[in-house]
Amino acid sequence: MASGHDKVETNVGLLIILTVLVIAVGGLVEIVPLFFQQSTTKPVEGLKPYSALQLEGRDIYVSEGCYLCHSQMIRPFRAETERYGHYSVAGEFVYDHPFQWGSKRTGPDLARVGGRYSDDWHRAHLMNPRDVVPESIMPGYPWLAKNKLDTSLIQKKLRVMNMFGPGTPYSEEDIKNAPAELEGKTQMDALIAYLQGMGTAIKVRR
Amino acid sequence: MSDFTSNFWSWFIVVPVVAGIIAMFVLNRWMTEPRRKETEKPKSMGHVWDEDLQELNNPLPRWWLNMFYITLVFGIGYLALYPGLGTFGGILGWTEKGQYEKEIAAADKQFNPLYEKYLKEDLKLLAANPEALKTGERLFVNYCTVCHGSDAGGGPGFPSLRDDDWLYGGDPQIIKASIMNGRTGAMPAWGAVLGPDGVANAAEYVLSLSGRSVNDTAAAAGKEKFQQLCVACHGADGKGNPAMGAPNLTDNVWLYGGSKKTIMETIDKGRSGRMPAHAEFLGEAKVHVLAAYVYSLSHPVEGDRGEKR
Repeated sequence: MASGHDKVETNVGLLIILTVLVIAVGGLVEIVPLFFQQSTTKPVEGLKPYSALQLEGRDIYVSEGCYLCHSQMIRPFRAETERYGHYSVAGEFVYDHPFQWGSKRTGPDLARVGGRYSDDWHRAHLMNPRDVVPESIMPGYPWLAKNKLDTSLIQKKLRVMNMFGPGTPYSEEDIKNAPAELEGKTQMDALIAYLQGMGTAIKVRR
Repeated sequence: MSDFTSNFWSWFIVVPVVAGIIAMFVLNRWMTEPRRKETEKPKSMGHVWDEDLQELNNPLPRWWLNMFYITLVFGIGYLALYPGLGTFGGILGWTEKGQYEKEIAAADKQFNPLYEKYLKEDLKLLAANPEALKTGERLFVNYCTVCHGSDAGGGPGFPSLRDDDWLYGGDPQIIKASIMNGRTGAMPAWGAVLGPDGVANAAEYVLSLSGRSVNDTAAAAGKEKFQQLCVACHGADGKGNPAMGAPNLTDNVWLYGGSKKTIMETIDKGRSGRMPAHAEFLGEAKVHVLAAYVYSLSHPVEGDRGEKR
């Protein structure tokens, strides 16, 4: 065996190839089958693709880094479902590219924040969270109310979403009407539209 | 778990996992140096650095090797008992969902009898039951404080629940209905109809209703418009209409703020306050306790006023 050992240890190219092969097994077995599972690829009943406005709001959610403090994943524990509602299921995230599950809760989970508070509440809260929740440590985002949405990229974004699927979420008609839907809207309008749609496909508690 | 598009994917997982465990075992047996006697010299791997620094092939420590075998046995045991091997669900039949449902069932068994007992009680009686109010307070802190404030004192656009001033009426059954089904307030925008002067005049008149000193000429002009446009909801005397959630304008309690500027903004742009529905989220039993708690905030039991619950 010493000769084989020698060959691998002294030949960097071969070492790299064999290492990649060994590691690839893990990825192939753990990741690839997920793309062939109904529960991870089919939308849950009632789930709609993001509207153009919601999609823009989602991009603001990402660019402002909301995911750093907020998760979007309710785990199946009673302590979580009592507070947030039905636990999250994979089929709710099929239109998310990429999903915003997050990994840390400095603020509360947002997976089912849709409809929990009024639009006015969100507006006040995003301007200055302490106006409605005195104990909050979340920063305010007042500029979102001033910045108008950039409508020039939305058609391209929808086409990219169509590439990701599942299926073709947006028709040519949707894409044609998208810029008009964003006309005159602020970034805050978009973010609130996104938040208000979150997790609303599953309405029951459990 | 058995929702793969084809059974191929189950085998796609099973074969590498089983092969991996076997390969690990074989590889270890094959590559491990047998124990040698004290007198034997360890074999060299043929690597020499810095003149005499050599890589020797010593046998692996026994304890380490045994731990490795234990992990293999643990892995086999785990895959036999729990889901992991493709679509095989494990002998125990454990699922994440099943565990969650068990947890919920245990909690329901513990708490449901209490909630059911409360649900049968009259709200006014329940509002005097300190045990129920303790539960109600916790529910309130969890679900209501984000808008109504941790002291239930409300905020701009979110009504205070401590005063006995109600948009939709203060009967406990009505409070319960508000929590169950939500409310949607709809103050239309009058800016376009009234014009800037008209809005200012109407605001003057509204201020005068709660006894504030105002510009009389402006208020008189505002009154005229009020009688045309506002009476339908707020009533001829401005006392409001709880059936549609139109606030009383004469009591100097303001939902959005009582400054002239805020009142003008309200008239100009309108308001659309919204209380979300909680029937699906909380269920009737919890809402019942919550309604009793909210009612108790403005109707404390005698001797209980000001005392911290």
